[in-house]
Amino acid sequence: MNKLIAWFDERIPLTKTWNIHLAQYPAPKNLNFWYLFGVLATLVLVNQIVTGIWLTMNYVPSAEGAFASVEYIMRDIEGGWILRYMHSTGASAFFVVVYLHMFRGMLYGSYQKPRELLWVFGMLIFLVLMAEAFMGYLLPWGQMSYWGAQVIISLFGAIPYIGDDLTLWIRGDYVISGATLNRFFALHVIALPLVLVILVFLHIIALHEVGSNNPEGIPTKKPKGSVPEEEKPKFKFHERFTKKYDIVDSVPFFPYFIVKDLVGIGIFLFLFCYVIFFAPAMGGLFLEPPNFEPANALKTPEHIAPVWYFTPFYAILRAVPDKLMGVILMFGAIAFLFALPWIDRGKVRSIRYRSTFHKINLTVFAISFIVLGYLGLKPATEVYTFFARVFTFLYFAFFVFLWFYSKNENTKPVPERITK
Amino acid sequence: MSNAPVDKGRRRFLTVATSVVGAAGAVGVAVPFITSWNPSEKAKNAGAPVEVNIGKMEPGQLVRQEWRGQPVWVVRRTPEMLATLEGLADQLRDPHSEEPQQPAYATNLGRAIKDEYFVAVGICTHLGCSPQYLETDFGEQVEGIAAGFFCPCHGSKFDIAGRVFSGVPAPYNLVVPPHYYVNDTTILIGEDGEQA
Repeated sequence: MNKLIAWFDERIPLTKTWNIHLAQYPAPKNLNFWYLFGVLATLVLVNQIVTGIWLTMNYVPSAEGAFASVEYIMRDIEGGWILRYMHSTGASAFFVVVYLHMFRGMLYGSYQKPRELLWVFGMLIFLVLMAEAFMGYLLPWGQMSYWGAQVIISLFGAIPYIGDDLTLWIRGDYVISGATLNRFFALHVIALPLVLVILVFLHIIALHEVGSNNPEGIPTKKPKGSVPEEEKPKFKFHERFTKKYDIVDSVPFFPYFIVKDLVGIGIFLFLFCYVIFFAPAMGGLFLEPPNFEPANALKTPEHIAPVWYFTPFYAILRAVPDKLMGVILMFGAIAFLFALPWIDRGKVRSIRYRSTFHKINLTVFAISFIVLGYLGLKPATEVYTFFARVFTFLYFAFFVFLWFYSKNENTKPVPERITK
Repeated sequence: MSNAPVDKGRRRFLTVATSVVGAAGAVGVAVPFITSWNPSEKAKNAGAPVEVNIGKMEPGQLVRQEWRGQPVWVVRRTPEMLATLEGLADQLRDPHSEEPQQPAYATNLGRAIKDEYFVAVGICTHLGCSPQYLETDFGEQVEGIAAGFFCPCHGSKFDIAGRVFSGVPAPYNLVVPPHYYVNDTTILIGEDGEQA
């Protein structure tokens, strides 16, 4: 066995990669519950890719065959329904863990210097994920697939001058048709997953270059020679990390965090399986009722709502009376998140040591996001529209306030070291 | 290896020239990838504009013409019908055609280029049923108005310019498709004319 590994090591950096990224990779010892969601997102990505490949084996990407082939998978393929529910539940689970993962970054200031690029890669992953989910939702060719896509594609029609030609180009027809379905299928099963996997790779490489942040928001890399030998952890870290820095308060990622993550994965799988077996449609949130009817261009469903993970942004879109401004604000809601590392001018990362005002601001932001998500599911009545406007304002106010107070924030003193 | 001094100007020229030619090639090869997303000839055919001959229409008559899989109506309205359009404003949801349900040239009172001929997609904006044209019996639905459109599925009512009454399920006025007069007796549906 050792001989075999040695044979490979002479030809490819096998042991070296294992050590740098796992066995001798230093992870802060205080990573808590919030740090599970990165691993869970990777797990869901694998689930989506594997179940997705199996679904394409029986799915027919055409306007005539799509709906029937999904029903065929559900009824006639042995185990087909499990594969499909794993995929559809996985889509929602993906957004659950990604939203929590992003919120973790906001809680502990993980986007701050030197992790700006790491955050930007993460945001790109989020964007691609939204495109992936949107295109995937058209494929079953149900009523909500069809009309949801109709609404979203027509958003591009709000762009002045080129809008109408652009929507025509995206659809490849004057209405959403088989042409649209086929191109979305191609993008959903090969183009975007490739981009997604590459971005995830870059995200992890960028993470391993700068190292994980932690709930205290303080560095675990100290200047070389500044830490007495007896205070260093009794683990061997790769010289790539110890050459330039003294590593403190850390443990190797393998096996310590892998084992911890396995517990989280176990709990996650319990919940995931519960949804697959007992609530695959999640009361109309994960699979909307009109989608059990085939797409019909002549019949609009009574109430068109996107799937839950898009509703916060959809609520922002609807809150604005002007269509173009609504589209701009909706994309602006995501653009502000991209710019977060530069909007937050503070030097203290973790919420534990930041001002009370910051705690309130971030709480209000989280509440606004959830309330907008709820409002996006509801019809646009006068009362709901009023609340959508209030919470849209609060959503954007978070960034504006942050920019002003973070420069001279009244923070608490930050400890030198993670408590021993 | 030659010991001749490096000609930097020549090296820069070659680098820039190669990059420019390479970039031009990349742009060129992108063309088919982008154009393949345009509607195909088949889709263009199916979505092509259609002509309607209105030369032989009787006053009050409605003719149907299929366009992009949808029924398009042309109604030859009588002066009595047009007279009912005034003074309905407070009973209608969108009396001044502010919602984008029609081209700019159909936002007038009659929602038409020539008041005599009304062109609309005959699909209820509620759930896609096709409303009935009530030439003389609309009074049963809205008192005092002889002609209008009534959707039997959920009871939506539209006046003779396709404007929706308030208090019915349909949210918007009937869609007026792009159209123009090729000559006095022919309307082309599916394209804006020169005047647009």
